Amino acid sequence: MHRFANPARFLRIARVLTPLLTLIGLGLAAAGLWIGLFASPPDYQQGDSVRIMYVHVPAAWLASGGYLGMAIASAVALVWRHPLAAIAARAIAPVGALFTAICLVSGSLWGKPTWGTYWVWDARLTSMLVLLFLYLGYLALASAEDERHGGDPAQGKGAAILALVGVVNLPIIKFSVEWWNTLHQGPSITLTKSTIDPAMLLPLMLSLAGFTLVFGGVVLMRMRAALARTRTAARGRRLAEAYA
Amino acid sequence: MIFIRLVRRDLALALRRPGALALPVVFFVLVAALFPFAVGPDARVLARIAPGVIWVAALLASLLPVETLVAPDVADGTLDQIVVRGIALETWTAARLIAHWLGFAVPLLVALPVAGVLLGLPALGPLALALALGTPALAALALLAASLTASLRGGGALAGLIVVPLALPVLIFGVGIAAPGALRLLAASSLVLVALTPFAAAAALRGSD
Repeated sequence: MHRFANPARFLRIARVLTPLLTLIGLGLAAAGLWIGLFASPPDYQQGDSVRIMYVHVPAAWLASGGYLGMAIASAVALVWRHPLAAIAARAIAPVGALFTAICLVSGSLWGKPTWGTYWVWDARLTSMLVLLFLYLGYLALASAEDERHGGDPAQGKGAAILALVGVVNLPIIKFSVEWWNTLHQGPSITLTKSTIDPAMLLPLMLSLAGFTLVFGGVVLMRMRAALARTRTAARGRRLAEAYA
Repeated sequence: MIFIRLVRRDLALALRRPGALALPVVFFVLVAALFPFAVGPDARVLARIAPGVIWVAALLASLLPVETLVAPDVADGTLDQIVVRGIALETWTAARLIAHWLGFAVPLLVALPVAGVLLGLPALGPLALALALGTPALAALALLAASLTASLRGGGALAGLIVVPLALPVLIFGVGIAAPGALRLLAASSLVLVALTPFAAAAALRGSD
């Protein structure tokens, strides 16, 4: 891991990887969505609304996977004072929050024809909503901290600590929401999810892989942009000193 | 012992400004009194939502002291003196947590019967027990948010965004006290937060300068 601590080496690798991940990811996602939307059978029970799954499931996976990645990056930033890790955590957060929002919106669009309502206080929906709030809290704290430290994410530790506290609390929140849900109401409708048909599994896997690669590509893009901003700021300071 | 002296100092300082101690409690009663206006004075409806309303009011009240909990001590150099004396910041945050809990929860429990009467709460005892068990968690989260935002502008508004999602388990278990095992789960989440917070808050204070 320390091999990548050097920003110059990271930038060399990231320059190659960013378009690679983004383009392959977009291609896979497009293929998955094409098959999912046009060339796969409708569900025997849900009809065509099952096709929302090909966006919804990758979004759900990237929402929770993104939070975990953000927490790991934050831990690395705290323990090893790794400047790239702090940048990585801040680069992941808005993308993860966006996918959480996509997951919530696509889920609620699916819920309207299937459950008859846009929103039920189902345990999983509620956990996702709380996850979005956790992301938003992190984003607010991180941006306030960066403002305080003149845009240098390696200076502030608060956002990283909050991400770790969040990841410790996340299982407790998830459990409490499930406990609360069983206390108040039975699950509104449970679709007995048997094995997924191979005709649906293929597009799902394609779009999962595709969206994950796009996620990685966007995060690398944001990290490179953050590093570039730091560099221009440093160069501006140097020039200002030289001509002062 | 330095820990007890720190707690006593915090409590003495808090008692010198009774207005600051009363503020969250007045706010607590005010929020509880707001609900009958919002949902109508039907006694049955009010009695049904009373525990939830009181918990939400307590959660909102716990956010009020966030800006004065840590930031002034960072700004006036008290914290630097603590560090210079070789006292671990964890000791200071743990002492502040206990003092803050005493200054927040005790007045809140005193005001609870007032809120209970306003909302027509059927039985006061279980909710008082739940609040006594749950307020350490609320106090811990307030301290954590206060430490994270101590040197930032607009810390109070940030704190709400930080505390509310993390306080959700406490709220759920606190309102569901009628269910079996809820009190134990409430106590457990309180314990986790109380055990975790002094370290997280101290780490946050070490990071902010």
